[in-house]
Amino acid sequence: MLNIKNLHVAIEGKEILKGIDLTVKLGEIHAIMGPNGSGKSTLAAVLAGRDLYEVTEGEVTFEGEDLLELSPEDRARKGIFLGFQYPVEIPGVSMVNFMKTAINEQRKFNNLQPISATDFLKLMREKKEVVEITSNLTNRSVNEGFSGGEKKKNEIFQMAMLDPKLAILDETDSGLDIDALRIVANGVNKLRREDNATIVITHYQRLLEHIIPDYVHVLYRGKIVKSSGKELALELEEKGYDWLKEE
Amino acid sequence: MTTLELQEELAKLYNKNASHIAEDTSELINKHRQQAFEDFKRLGIPSKKNEDYRYTDLMSYLKGEYSYEIAPSKFSVDLDDLFRCDIPELDTFIVLVLNGFYYKQNNPVGLPEGVIISSFAKASIQYPEIVNRHYAKYADTKLDSLAALNTLFAQDGIFIYIPKNIKIDKPIQIINIGFSFKNLRITRRNLFVIEQDSSASLLICDHTLCPRSFITNSLTEIYTGDNASFNVIRMQNENGNSSQISNTFVYQEANSRFSSNTISLHGGLIRNNTFAKLNGEGALNKTYGIFFGDNDQHVANYTHIHHAKPHCESDQLFKGILDGNSTGAFNGKILVDKFVVKTQAYQRNNNILLSKTARMNTKPQLEIYNDDVKCSHGATVGQLDENALFYLRSRGISNQEARHLLMYAFADEVIADIKLDPLRQRMNEMIEKRLRGELARCENCKVHHLGN
Ligand SMILES: Nc1ncnc2c1ncn2[C@@H]1O[C@H](COP(=O)(O)OP(=O)(O)OP(=O)(O)O)[C@@H](O)[C@H]1O
Ligand SMILES: [Mg+2]
Repeated sequence: MLNIKNLHVAIEGKEILKGIDLTVKLGEIHAIMGPNGSGKSTLAAVLAGRDLYEVTEGEVTFEGEDLLELSPEDRARKGIFLGFQYPVEIPGVSMVNFMKTAINEQRKFNNLQPISATDFLKLMREKKEVVEITSNLTNRSVNEGFSGGEKKKNEIFQMAMLDPKLAILDETDSGLDIDALRIVANGVNKLRREDNATIVITHYQRLLEHIIPDYVHVLYRGKIVKSSGKELALELEEKGYDWLKEE
Repeated sequence: MTTLELQEELAKLYNKNASHIAEDTSELINKHRQQAFEDFKRLGIPSKKNEDYRYTDLMSYLKGEYSYEIAPSKFSVDLDDLFRCDIPELDTFIVLVLNGFYYKQNNPVGLPEGVIISSFAKASIQYPEIVNRHYAKYADTKLDSLAALNTLFAQDGIFIYIPKNIKIDKPIQIINIGFSFKNLRITRRNLFVIEQDSSASLLICDHTLCPRSFITNSLTEIYTGDNASFNVIRMQNENGNSSQISNTFVYQEANSRFSSNTISLHGGLIRNNTFAKLNGEGALNKTYGIFFGDNDQHVANYTHIHHAKPHCESDQLFKGILDGNSTGAFNGKILVDKFVVKTQAYQRNNNILLSKTARMNTKPQLEIYNDDVKCSHGATVGQLDENALFYLRSRGISNQEARHLLMYAFADEVIADIKLDPLRQRMNEMIEKRLRGELARCENCKVHHLGN
């Protein structure tokens, strides 16, 4: 469903991604690991359509369509979801209004009528359960004053609401306590189907014990330097990244 | 036209009509005209050289051909029917002011005993003791020449009197209407007196209901007695050819609470001057505003909050969203006298510029003459938060809708302060329409195109 070929990305003239190749098929889970500053978030943001970054070379197709041509909102409507490493606080915009607007824009795109008030409430309730949100987070402004863990849970909640085809989760596990990690991982697993796919960006092998990846890739200085099965994560945990330099 | 030429024209206009202008008001109003005339002649029309008007190019808005009416306009249509405000679930004591004159002398019914809502001119004759106690006491014609001009031409407007110990739950509503076959200069004069231990809230809606140009000079004096509470919500929504200069003078006694929330939705020029004197211990003053500008609009808020007694608190919050070639200004003055200790004074002005050509000037002016003061001020001019915008768009929300949500959220901080639910809801709707580019009029306030 997702095909990345020789992707080069620069910001302010500085090249950050230096030729990425990656293919994701339906039903798969890919993990991307790599040291700080290697370009993981950049890759995720480019896929979601952040225009801060300039694609200097290469191509990306999603379900056969040129992804790079699309606006961020159209990418989302076609089923791409980015779980932010740093979710943005938006004071004054309520979670409810935010989600209702997002759902309805998606529905409009699919030629559906706006969701009814009761269906929306039902959907909210259902999806809150997926990430075990019990408090009234959804009555507040988007991420405003949320704890680090609550922000991450909120990302998965939004993912559950929007039911994407391809979810890219950028360090959704960072800053989570053990219970929250389990909850988030369970959430991702519950949403997993044969007709969707997930890319998880993480630093910790720990998450991959809950979300079992089909592939693990190492991103190093803007390139994927190694791809392998889930056992690679363990190896990285033990040895760090230095040994890859020699390879 | 120069400021001097305009000044002379206005002086001539007054001289020609002096006896008519003074006809329906009592001597206690008329006796202030001479001093006001002298002040006006001395001060002149403020040019950009005047520090307080540096960012407001008055002349570019005030020049042109305008008629002046010294008697109430007569229309064959019944304005009561045409302009009944239909804010849902909002039951108000409603009065209409047409081109500066109280429309129909029918005072609202069902007011609590002793409460007066009436024509200002009429009140000056019927209630001379009350009017004399307050009229021209707070509006210093030496401070602002446009205040002097107003006192010179003052004929009518609204008088509100709430006697001691009365709490009115139902809001009072004034609808100011500009409606004319010709371009018109309008003078409005209001006096609101809220006596000790009383409370009331007031909604003021300013509308132009035809595409003619109006230049309105409006002046309001407000007195809040000991422990009184008064809340004024004002919605300014005039056509883009019209100019409005509003001076509001508030005088607060001990433990009184005054709050105002000015929503400047639309207009060619909007200049709001707010002078507040906190003259009793424990007084609380909240002066809030949100303004929107596009095309060539100019919206300026000038505040002057004077802490004259200890233990008072003032809080100013003004937010602006400017698009197109519009310009905005905020000039916020806080003055704390010597020995006026335990003062708390806060001020904030945040602005968003939506275009490269919109401009905002913001200037805090603090004059604090003692050390025992808690004071903060801050101003920002920026764009919509790109990170927030991307976050919203990444969830499938269109760029336009995302921008809209952020602007709406920006305004919400000011609107959220409106305590009356139906009114707050309506203001939210109006702002939403404004942001969507629809002229945000209430359903029943349609633009009427009048022939010549
Ligand atoms: N807006 C920006 N302006 C300048 N440089 C940037 C910007 N965004 C990213 N970079 C640079 O690009 C490089 C890659 O950053 P990126 O955030 O993609 O790394 P990462 O792999 O996600 O790191 P981490 O593990 O710390 O999250 C870094 O050197 C970073 O400083
Ligand atoms: Mg990152």
